Amino acid sequence: MWRTTWRSLMAHKLRLAFSGLAIVLGVAFVAGTMIFTDTLNRTFTALFESTAADVSVEPAAAFEEGVNGPSGTTAHLPSALVEQVRAVDGVAGAEGYVQTEGVYVLDRDGDVLDTGGAPGVGVSWFDDRDLSPSELTDGRAPARDGEVALDQATAEEIGYTVGDRVTLLTPGPRIEAEVVGIFTFGEDGGLAGASLTAFELGTAQTLLGLGDGFTGINVLAADGVSHDELRSRVAAAVGRDYDVTTAQEQADEQSAALEEGLSFITVLLTAFAGIALFVGSFIILNTFSMLVAQRTRELALLRALGAGRGQVTRSVLTEALVMGLLGSTLGLLGGFGIASALRALFGSFGLTLDGNLVLSAGTIAWSYAVGVVVTLVAAYLPARRAAATPPVAAMRDDHVAAERSLRRRTLTGSVLAAVGGGALTTSLLADGGGAAQLVGFGGLSLVLAAIALSPVLARPFARSVGAILPRMWGTTGHLARENAQRNPRRTAATASALMVGLALVTAFSILGASTNASVDKLIGTSLRADYVVSTAVGQPFTPEIADRLRAIDEVDAITQERFGQAMLDGQGTLLAAVDPATLDSTVLLDYVDGSSAGLLGRGLVVDEPTADSHGWDVGDTVEMVTATGDTAQLTVGGIFTANQVIAPAVVSLETFTVTGGAELDRYVFVDVADGAGTASVRSAIETAIDPYAVVTLKDRDEFAGEQKGQVDQILMLINALLVLSVLIAVLGIVNTLAMSVLERTREVGLLRAIGMTRAQLRRMVRLESVLISVYGSVLGLGLGALIGVGLSRALSDQGISELVVPGGRLVLFLAIGAVIGVLAAVWPARRAARMQVLDAIATT
Amino acid sequence: MTTVQQGTTAADALAAAHTYAARGAALSKVYGDGDTRVVALDAVDVEFRRGQFTAIMGPSGSGKSTLMHCMAGLDSLTSGRAWIGETEISALDDKGLTRLRRDKVGFIFQAFNLLPTLTALENITLPMDIAGRTPDQAWLDGVIDAVGLRERLRHRPTELSGGQQQRVACARALASRPDIIFADEPTGNLDSRSGASVLSFLRTSVREMGQTVVMVTHDPSAASYADRVLFLADGRIVDEMAAPTADRVLERMKAFDTAGRGATGVI
Ligand SMILES: Nc1ncnc2c1ncn2[C@@H]1O[C@H](COP(=O)(O)OP(=O)(O)OP(=O)(O)O)[C@@H](O)[C@H]1O
Ligand SMILES: [Mg+2]
Repeated sequence: MWRTTWRSLMAHKLRLAFSGLAIVLGVAFVAGTMIFTDTLNRTFTALFESTAADVSVEPAAAFEEGVNGPSGTTAHLPSALVEQVRAVDGVAGAEGYVQTEGVYVLDRDGDVLDTGGAPGVGVSWFDDRDLSPSELTDGRAPARDGEVALDQATAEEIGYTVGDRVTLLTPGPRIEAEVVGIFTFGEDGGLAGASLTAFELGTAQTLLGLGDGFTGINVLAADGVSHDELRSRVAAAVGRDYDVTTAQEQADEQSAALEEGLSFITVLLTAFAGIALFVGSFIILNTFSMLVAQRTRELALLRALGAGRGQVTRSVLTEALVMGLLGSTLGLLGGFGIASALRALFGSFGLTLDGNLVLSAGTIAWSYAVGVVVTLVAAYLPARRAAATPPVAAMRDDHVAAERSLRRRTLTGSVLAAVGGGALTTSLLADGGGAAQLVGFGGLSLVLAAIALSPVLARPFARSVGAILPRMWGTTGHLARENAQRNPRRTAATASALMVGLALVTAFSILGASTNASVDKLIGTSLRADYVVSTAVGQPFTPEIADRLRAIDEVDAITQERFGQAMLDGQGTLLAAVDPATLDSTVLLDYVDGSSAGLLGRGLVVDEPTADSHGWDVGDTVEMVTATGDTAQLTVGGIFTANQVIAPAVVSLETFTVTGGAELDRYVFVDVADGAGTASVRSAIETAIDPYAVVTLKDRDEFAGEQKGQVDQILMLINALLVLSVLIAVLGIVNTLAMSVLERTREVGLLRAIGMTRAQLRRMVRLESVLISVYGSVLGLGLGALIGVGLSRALSDQGISELVVPGGRLVLFLAIGAVIGVLAAVWPARRAARMQVLDAIATT
Repeated sequence: MTTVQQGTTAADALAAAHTYAARGAALSKVYGDGDTRVVALDAVDVEFRRGQFTAIMGPSGSGKSTLMHCMAGLDSLTSGRAWIGETEISALDDKGLTRLRRDKVGFIFQAFNLLPTLTALENITLPMDIAGRTPDQAWLDGVIDAVGLRERLRHRPTELSGGQQQRVACARALASRPDIIFADEPTGNLDSRSGASVLSFLRTSVREMGQTVVMVTHDPSAASYADRVLFLADGRIVDEMAAPTADRVLERMKAFDTAGRGATGVI
């Protein structure tokens, strides 16, 4: 039996290649996604874990700040604290440091280096090298005012070397300095796109206005003192006003925060890996079913010659095992290619990942598990059926494996569809919380329902929609349609892969279009200001800018907006701070109760969902605790309809500053006097902000465009990922078609014998392919539309007030689906046309 | 054995085309080379008169199928010339051959003649559908009645018996009124009763509809339906018999065996 297995493997090199390809692709996509996710985590973990200190001391935070929110505080440690820490028994060394966001390096043209949203960080240089996470690669450490060191990636990107003069934007003034050193950060030198500028300590302190204070202290343990022990001792020495953490704790905390921050990307990638796995398994299953079905005669002959059922099954399984192992190995290699592609893709969106790709044991295990297990399962089911075929089948000419009933599929599919439809409908009626989860659950059920039902629907679809084929292309169209509905399971499985990808693309398109329309509407109705001054990604900048703008004659009103986080009655909330006096003339809030005047004094205005969840009314008192631990009793002075332009809770600038908020603006809204010449005002504003290259001036349209640009960018990233899954689907179609053509070799021969031209034959294969891909596209568009609409509605309280179904784009997707069909058919069609008539007829 | 009147001028060729539905001159087909060299056809001269039913017999491996394939434009010749009607097929390219098969030739194989996805009627009209021609309805009706399949037109091949399937194949070959029909062991897979109905249908098409049919067979009683029998051995035509009967054909075949030539045949 072994020899037969081996012979069979060798005899069908082409089939082998097809099913092998299916395994390689499936595994490659799973492995690629996993490798990329690991690499992404490694890079960010390295970024956060690159602290050389054993224990560090920081100002106590009243609560955990998420990495997503702006920190917005200037809490610091007095210099005396360093001495206090050094005196603790078991401390080998301690050094205070300063670290701040908002330090940007300007290139030679005076533009800010684009960090793609990653922060520009300024730090003080550690004199004690044991305490520093950085390593000089060139030059020396900054030693006095007017000297800086740059991280290597930033220096290389701008082309600065030691000795060059650079201009820097800081949260304070704009400064000139000489580059005296270049350094790498952490073990991998990876900063994930962030830029790092190091100053001499005194300079850094001055820049941040800290006097001789620090933002933190790094502590080194003496030999024999455990980190935990040291932490306890230092904590006892500094008291409760300061947080003392070990390196491990910090790493844990930060990777937990990181997980939260990256959860969006991780979820996306996991979903993508899931799709890859699903589609990959489909292709493998599909291919093996065909392979074994094709060999029914051969297997039946073996049975007729006395081979037992078990032997036949084992022979097929051995074949599958060999192919699974081989395919998984190649797939794993292919995974590196895909991970590189993903890295390049993310890089083009500004998320730079340095260092090597990470291959974890988990990736290897999953790759082989997927490749081998799926292949074995894929082979086992048809093999068992094949072994059960009576030996006489070998003698019969055209043994057609009995078609299994679709009853179970219909039943499962209908139940799932009912559940999914119910969940979606409920989500539309349900208000607020839980709606998104319902949509997710409903959407998933519907996708599963569609997969279960797709073979059932394949025939009606081919019959109804496919009816245009014979009308347009005569016999070739007729034959194509018949071929497509010949094996509904196969057609459906092939189309399903495309369906899943397109459903997601469609859903996200609807969500994106709705978001953009909502942004337009929102800015149209609530933005009163003529101009907005901000950085592209909400980085903080100096209030000097606002002061300079105020000095312009034509400017009527200025509103500065700052952000922070605070606990309001025990619950963490994103907090905005604005000028109460000018708010109404720049940003119009839709008050349900109260007004902007409610901000005056220790006033607080909140949006409706926040007020509802706490049960606050105008006049209630709320306790606020800020990150610095300052507390204040605020009076609710207004409740407004939720608005994306502003945070859920708003206080006055004065309240914000008094409770420890940093005096750094994130947005400045500018209202210009009516009748002032637009061009002249604009140029006056531009002149005023010119020294601050980090901020840009936007009129209302440009501001809306910038907001929408962010939505579009995320959408593009998602779509780029999904395009990859559509790509696997295309390969699935190619595979199925090629196998079908191979399976129908004799028919091809017959058609050629009775006078079908090669061109007609090619068209026949092409039309079948298009019918399958259009079927998948139609299912995908329908599903995606349901999910997209549900999702948009579910997020309506998150500011997605509008619902837009981009019809033109959906039609485009359908057209792309058809084109995919044409492209997928190229190779199989050519193979069919190339067959020699007599050889084809002689094939058994 | 008759000598072939080879046309030397265009007028001669036209005259020949009038008399003969198909003919071949010095047809040779060699497979492989060196040790594996097989001469399947060895300078065969052959012609098929219009309205005549010819059976080709001979031991297995004698070149019967090869001869038919070469004459029908399914396979290329190593040397020699072949005509269907006035068209010289040895000069045609793939496109020309395809069109020739579609419009001028009917073919019936031993098995697997029909597309499983099409109904009997769709299979019958397939060559014309491919060509984009509308079938001559009266002729089509005649053919369908002659094969006796009117009740079964909407059935798929899997719902038909082997004999019915072969009759559908015959009807398809006839429906487009080709110059000539080639049938390679059309009854090889059938029991004698089904075989008889297919054979009598082929004979009827020759006698009453004026078709030209060439049929390969191993069965002397099948050969007795034909107007003449050509005997092939080792790629050469070795004998010819007019107005054959089963007994005479059997006698002739036995002579092959005793002569020990191509004795491997399953007759
Ligand atoms: N494609 C091929 N390659 C090599 N040799 C071939 C090929 N086709 C046929 N032959 C050889 O040519 C010779 C004639 O074959 P052919 O099929 O014409 O015989 P046949 O008379 O039809 O036999 P049967 O009665 O068994 O069908 C045989 O010796 C065969 O082995
Ligand atoms: Mg033969």
